[in-house]
Amino acid sequence: MSKPSLKQILKDLESKKISIRELNQDYLNRIKEKENLNVFIHFSEENVLKQIDKIEKDTSTKKLKGIPIAIKDLFCTKSMPTTAASKILENFNPTYESFVTQKLLDEGSIFVGKTNLDEFAMGSATNTSFFGNTINPLSKENEPLAPGGSSGGSAAAVAADLCLGATGTDTGGSIRQPASFCGVVGIKPTYGLCSRWGIAAFASSLDQAGIFSHNVEDASILLQSIAGFDQRDSTSAKVDIPNYFKNLDDDLNGKTVGIPKEYSIDGTPIEISQIWEDAIKVLEKKGVKIKNISLPHTKYALPTYYIIAPAEASSNLARYDGVKYGFRSDEIDSLDNMYENTRAQGFGREVKRRILIGTYVLSAGYYDAYYLKAQKVRKLIADDFNKAFKECDFIVTPTAPSGAFPLNEKQNDPIKMYLNDVFTVPASLAGLPGISIPFGKDKNNLPLGIQILGKHFDEQQVFNAALSLERSYE
Amino acid sequence: MNNLIKGEKHDWEMVIGLEIHAQVKSKSKLFSSSSTKFGSSPNSQVSLVDAAMPGMLPVINKYCVEQAVKTGVGLNAKINNYSVFDRKNYFYADLPQGYQISQYKYPIVGEGKVTIDFKDGTSKDIRIVRLHLEQDAGKSLHDQNPSKTYVDLNRSGVALMEIVSEPDIRTPDEAGMYISKIRSILMYLDTCDGNMQEGSLRADVNISVRKPGDEYGTRCEIKNLNSIKFIKQAINYEAKRQIEILESGGSIEQNTMLFNTSTGKTRPMRNKEEAHDYRYFPDPDLLPLEISKDEIERIKSSIPELPDELKNKFIETYKLSNYDASLLIAEKQTSDYFNRSINSDPELKNHAKLVVNWITSELFSLLNKNNLDLNNSPVSPENLGQLVKLISTNEISGKIAKDVLEDMFSTRKTARQIVDEKGLQQVTDHGEIEKVIDEVIADNPKMVEQYLAGKDKLLGFFVGQAMKLTKGKANPKMLNDILKSKLNKKN
Repeated sequence: MSKPSLKQILKDLESKKISIRELNQDYLNRIKEKENLNVFIHFSEENVLKQIDKIEKDTSTKKLKGIPIAIKDLFCTKSMPTTAASKILENFNPTYESFVTQKLLDEGSIFVGKTNLDEFAMGSATNTSFFGNTINPLSKENEPLAPGGSSGGSAAAVAADLCLGATGTDTGGSIRQPASFCGVVGIKPTYGLCSRWGIAAFASSLDQAGIFSHNVEDASILLQSIAGFDQRDSTSAKVDIPNYFKNLDDDLNGKTVGIPKEYSIDGTPIEISQIWEDAIKVLEKKGVKIKNISLPHTKYALPTYYIIAPAEASSNLARYDGVKYGFRSDEIDSLDNMYENTRAQGFGREVKRRILIGTYVLSAGYYDAYYLKAQKVRKLIADDFNKAFKECDFIVTPTAPSGAFPLNEKQNDPIKMYLNDVFTVPASLAGLPGISIPFGKDKNNLPLGIQILGKHFDEQQVFNAALSLERSYE
Repeated sequence: MNNLIKGEKHDWEMVIGLEIHAQVKSKSKLFSSSSTKFGSSPNSQVSLVDAAMPGMLPVINKYCVEQAVKTGVGLNAKINNYSVFDRKNYFYADLPQGYQISQYKYPIVGEGKVTIDFKDGTSKDIRIVRLHLEQDAGKSLHDQNPSKTYVDLNRSGVALMEIVSEPDIRTPDEAGMYISKIRSILMYLDTCDGNMQEGSLRADVNISVRKPGDEYGTRCEIKNLNSIKFIKQAINYEAKRQIEILESGGSIEQNTMLFNTSTGKTRPMRNKEEAHDYRYFPDPDLLPLEISKDEIERIKSSIPELPDELKNKFIETYKLSNYDASLLIAEKQTSDYFNRSINSDPELKNHAKLVVNWITSELFSLLNKNNLDLNNSPVSPENLGQLVKLISTNEISGKIAKDVLEDMFSTRKTARQIVDEKGLQQVTDHGEIEKVIDEVIADNPKMVEQYLAGKDKLLGFFVGQAMKLTKGKANPKMLNDILKSKLNKKN
């Protein structure tokens, strides 16, 4: 069987080689077959069939007409419940559609289901979900692997070909790391490119929607569909969105790639260093100038991130209090006690841990030492990139410090888990676009990812470099 | 002026600062498009943003920002080109987000001042520390069900301006005058409707007491007072409470207090240890608020005449005293009324003080008695002008004018109509008055005798008799003069 491709399917649909119904039936069958992976929090065959009925009657031309898409269950959707993988939103049915999913609906796509994630997107293995772990489709029998996280369900959905594309959100690496673990393409665009309106917030200054797909071309098509200015999000950017797909150009001759020395970290597995070197060699062969650059504040990125993100989260998650919607504890004898029991029972361990950290770093007497300092370091990290991009067009690094690990390996060691984000977090803090593409294998023959970072709103360059590397690897 | 309170051993001085919360006059809320209309049915004006649904984001209402800038100009304050919205985090049932969006380190308006005017003609500046924009919370309704609390989010997200003063206030009266002045400025600018009953304007009062000249004492904050009367009551009670504690050797705990309007007493709500840690931090959902100099200039140029400008104009144009002028500007409707009244006849310009008196004492007392507002006064400003004109030209006496005004009030007729219909013109004919006086003297020979024997007080009796005969219409001065000269001639 040839590798699935949205680009090809769109052609086949247009030439009537297949019908929308046949296409989606094929996907429905596969979703049912792969139920054991626990990819979806919400899946309803009936709902998908209804969408097929509706789109078949639609005579207008639409860019993604009939294309099966999976939605991370952090995006609020009218037609399906939205849980953020948390008990506290277990039975929450939004009356509104997020900006990103509305764009996809407007283009005619079909939502096959809501994918699993770490609770409120907090995690790197999709193992903090109230609805159980998702299993990496690349696992061997009896050796279940983590799909990465937090958007592990969406990455797995693409990897198992349960959809032609999926939405994700990336706060510190939540698209790029699972893409790497599952051997698919995942792009986190520039902060502000896609509106956050209707996405349950984790860390507002970092959260950004993005795309999982089977290949770079598909990612360029799908990102185009979900990007754009939205006046309901004050941090949404007023920029023209180029036609990424049409403008794709894998000729990198004369471009300069930056290789940051700070991303060589002691203890990184040899395979990771190997694929990085391989990628550099490939680029060199294509006429790309190799430039060694320095991003001196990189080592502070992880601690900075783990102050800022929990701080914002502690405030963002205050609205889940049992008063207005979602879960409310039965054991109530006062207002305070309603909050305590609702939140103690409604949130999982990792979410509670981050709320505690966030509350602590914002507290009177600690604010300056933690939050304020972290904001200053964040600025320095962003400045590092700004300086570096004066000398290069894009930056290439590994995506994650390892391939997919066994499902329960880092369950009880949050620090080890947090280290997964070491290569992805700096670009998140700087708001830069980054893509992860499959490139090489680890010693267990599991896919590894290469990350390409670009300048603000230069997604086109990121796609072009990714396409070039992808073609050389295939 | 002596502002001190007598204590057992020494005098005490109050030190007072106010935080005024003024609801911004705007059609929609600070960060959502829901209506701000007062008195709508519960939860009928709540958007997804106001209810803090997952993934909902605030978007700043530019009109509210303009209103805050206008108010800043009215407070003679520095407008900040750069300000930041912060989250103030705390849990409460009527705070859907679990935080209030407010401004902490970088408020939209910085230091300013307002002037309050005393009866004796002196005035005093109260310094403003800052004005910032913030969201109002919803309302918890505890009295709808014996075992449940209901939440109404209509007010949730409505824009407030918090205006913080320096502790420059020294008496309950000054506090009252200060809040009246702020209210007046807000209403002239049309940035707040000033309705204290509906809660559009309310204040937290910080108060401490000290021996004059000492450092500030420990203060207590009395929360959420919504009338000037209550503010004064609360200050008086709280100052007395603090003095009693200090004089009996105790010390003041820095508490947040509530004022009970039916008992007139304050009671502690929470102490310093129980104080919230609000964990302020910049709201990542909102960009810093940047207002260009041009924008500020544009807003400034759209501002109507401010109360103090108007006051100075009144003083200059009409030679009014500072205090009289300050009475006129206290409410926009009063200065508007005065302006229409005094401009209704060119002659009135020379009798401005008379116009002020007839508005602020006679008309106001009639309006008060009938529970009416100047805006719906049955006596139009032009008609009041006409009445004053009749007084100033001696056509009627002041005493008769009071009756005429009452008549105007109930019949809505003009002063001229009433005076003509009832024949109330003052008698100024010398001969006519003389005739009446002669009659009175002739009728009361005994009284004349006693008067001449030295009982000067009896003059009043003769005046009264003569007035009776003229039905009160005799010009009082002429009557007095003629009477005196006639009686003295008898000597």
